[in-house]
Amino acid sequence: MNIVVLVKQVPDTESPRKLKSDDSTLDRAAADGVINELDEYAIEEALRIKEAQGGEVTVLTMGPDKATDSIRKALAMGADKAVHLVDDALAGSDALQTSYAITQVLGRTGFDLVILGSESTDARTGVLAAMLAERLGVPQLSLANKVEIDGSAIKVQRITDYGFDRVEASLPAVVSVVEKINEPRYPSFKGIMAAKKKPVETLGAADAGLDAGQIGLANAATAVVDFAEAPPRAQGQIVTDEGDGGAKIAEFLASKKFV
Amino acid sequence: MAEILVLVDHVDGDVKKVTLELLTLANRLGEASAVWVGGGYDGAKDKLAEYGAQKVYVGSDEELTSYVVAPKAALLAQLVQDKAPAAVLVGATAEGKEIAGRLAVKIGSGVLTDVVDVADGFVAEHSIFGGGVIAHAKVNTGTPVIAVRPNSVPAEAAPASPAEEQVSVALSDADKAAKIVEKVVEEKGERPDLTEAAIVVSGGRGVGKDGFSIIEGLADSLGAAVGASRAATDAGWYPHQFQVGQTGKTVSPQLYVAVGISGAIQHRAGMQTSKTIIAINKDPEAPIFELVDFGVVGDLFQVAPQLTEEIIKRK
Ligand SMILES: Cc1cc2nc3c(=O)[nH]c(=O)nc-3n(C[C@H](O)[C@H](O)[C@H](O)COP(=O)(O)OP(=O)(O)OC[C@H]3O[C@@H](n4cnc5c(N)ncnc54)[C@H](O)[C@@H]3O)c2cc1C
Ligand SMILES: Cc1cc2nc3c(=O)[nH]c(=O)nc-3n(C[C@H](O)[C@H](O)[C@H](O)COP(=O)(O)OP(=O)(O)OC[C@H]3O[C@@H](n4cnc5c(N)ncnc54)[C@H](O)[C@@H]3O)c2cc1C
Repeated sequence: MNIVVLVKQVPDTESPRKLKSDDSTLDRAAADGVINELDEYAIEEALRIKEAQGGEVTVLTMGPDKATDSIRKALAMGADKAVHLVDDALAGSDALQTSYAITQVLGRTGFDLVILGSESTDARTGVLAAMLAERLGVPQLSLANKVEIDGSAIKVQRITDYGFDRVEASLPAVVSVVEKINEPRYPSFKGIMAAKKKPVETLGAADAGLDAGQIGLANAATAVVDFAEAPPRAQGQIVTDEGDGGAKIAEFLASKKFV
Repeated sequence: MAEILVLVDHVDGDVKKVTLELLTLANRLGEASAVWVGGGYDGAKDKLAEYGAQKVYVGSDEELTSYVVAPKAALLAQLVQDKAPAAVLVGATAEGKEIAGRLAVKIGSGVLTDVVDVADGFVAEHSIFGGGVIAHAKVNTGTPVIAVRPNSVPAEAAPASPAEEQVSVALSDADKAAKIVEKVVEEKGERPDLTEAAIVVSGGRGVGKDGFSIIEGLADSLGAAVGASRAATDAGWYPHQFQVGQTGKTVSPQLYVAVGISGAIQHRAGMQTSKTIIAINKDPEAPIFELVDFGVVGDLFQVAPQLTEEIIKRK
């Protein structure tokens, strides 16, 4: 089975995240880059499916040079190879454009299964899986907390507002995962060493056959008008319980008219 | 006045509050047209009229709800083509955002997600990086598709007598590629809906297997919804659809009470735009205290029941 896992490098949520003042795009230099957490679950799921069914796992990342670190980590976890789409012309692409670019690259790699996280921690749009399924014309099996594959039949449990849906489809398909699906493995020392020798294909926009008019900040379908830091939360009051902690909260709630 | 489409979010005819918020918002920007997909419309029509739907497009073909997301996007795409609305608004729930995404591709438009307000000219306000930054953005290609976060804009009643129009769409094979064979509804009980509630009381690992009755008692004294951290849902102490956080629900209530929750970044991502935040935790170093308006360092098994009692006394 030809499995492609999408991996996005995002700023570490523990470090300060900022937009740049000149073009209102994410300041990727200001924070450490890490694999988007949910993408580790996507990688894990891809590896488990490969271990059960055979096949090959390819990591696909669109992002700046520095995203190589995240690709190496995905390879160290056990993916077989990677494709890195990197080009300054892609900077500032919005979700519509990102889905276009990734679709084009998927046209080159081919796939039986595309697996990705259901949401990134930086932009949090949560639209990529839906956009890719629409562009590729394949089933959208998103928000999955369980995946079963039998030949070309695939079943997922999709989490919903009210519980979950059982969904059935045939491969090829796009699957997005939530964190309930598995527990990602840590790269082993052996895995880390092996990753250094695994092939990483680097593609520019032209190599990937991207239409220059459909990518990058200047052609984006959305634009940031302005932004500002939100006023910080005022320092709250913290008390230690001396047998009246509950009563103190009630007093506070009364002062705010909640009770 | 320009027509604005509002996709109605409902579970079997039970209309979600975010829909009423979107109708209010749409009427501020133009004229709200509700788009109904699925069964149960008859029981819901009065509600839509009460909150100002000027028109309702009713798509009740069973096919529209038998497949994942795509049919709803297909119906909206057809309405965009036929009615040329000025914008499309959906609720920024996990599924709402997916519908917005597919629709955006179908009609070649930009999409804005997690929006907290929309001003004239469809300039959308986003709260990003966990509420740390406020950004304004707009769509400059196609009909704006905007996903608005629940509890961001207050719903106001504005009675109207909407005209109804039955609508349908021819679905492509691709729209029917992911078949929903069963919908499993997990009981939510009598409490308010988590994303809609004005007050949310959440419990975490500190609450333990048997402690959720304390959380429910406190929630009921406040008329609140119950939420949970991932530690609590993973342990099976509370169903997963009550998980608050990055991979659970994003809530933005007037009051959020975190009990026995440390305040991990993924939990904060789902609650830190709450207006007032209270925490009970025995660890004074717990990161949740960085966010609170009022916090008590202490044993939740002492503090929470006392709080419940005091609230009941004050009623
Ligand atoms: C704060 C902020 C807000 C934004 N708001 C919007 C907006 O409202 N509308 C809009 O159109 N754009 C927006 N963007 C731009 C958006 O970040 C990019 O278009 C992004 O590539 C796709 O959005 P996402 O990460 O939210 O995707 P999501 O749908 O949240 O991501 C889901 C998964 O898709 C995969 N994926 C996403 N991007 C890549 C990638 N580059 N390479 C490989 N895999 C990937 C990952 O597996 C990820 O887990 C915003 C950006 C920022 C920083
Ligand atoms: C991809 C990913 C997605 C995630 N998504 C989410 C998400 O959506 N939502 C979410 O919540 N988490 C999420 N997490 C998990 C998150 O990182 C934390 O592990 C989780 O929030 C911890 O839950 P907790 O605060 O209940 O438990 P803990 O961190 O263990 O905290 C328990 C707290 O209870 C306190 N306590 C214990 N006993 C008592 C007592 N008797 N009285 C008072 N206080 C007491 C302790 O001092 C401690 O602070 C995610 C993680 C990952 C990797």
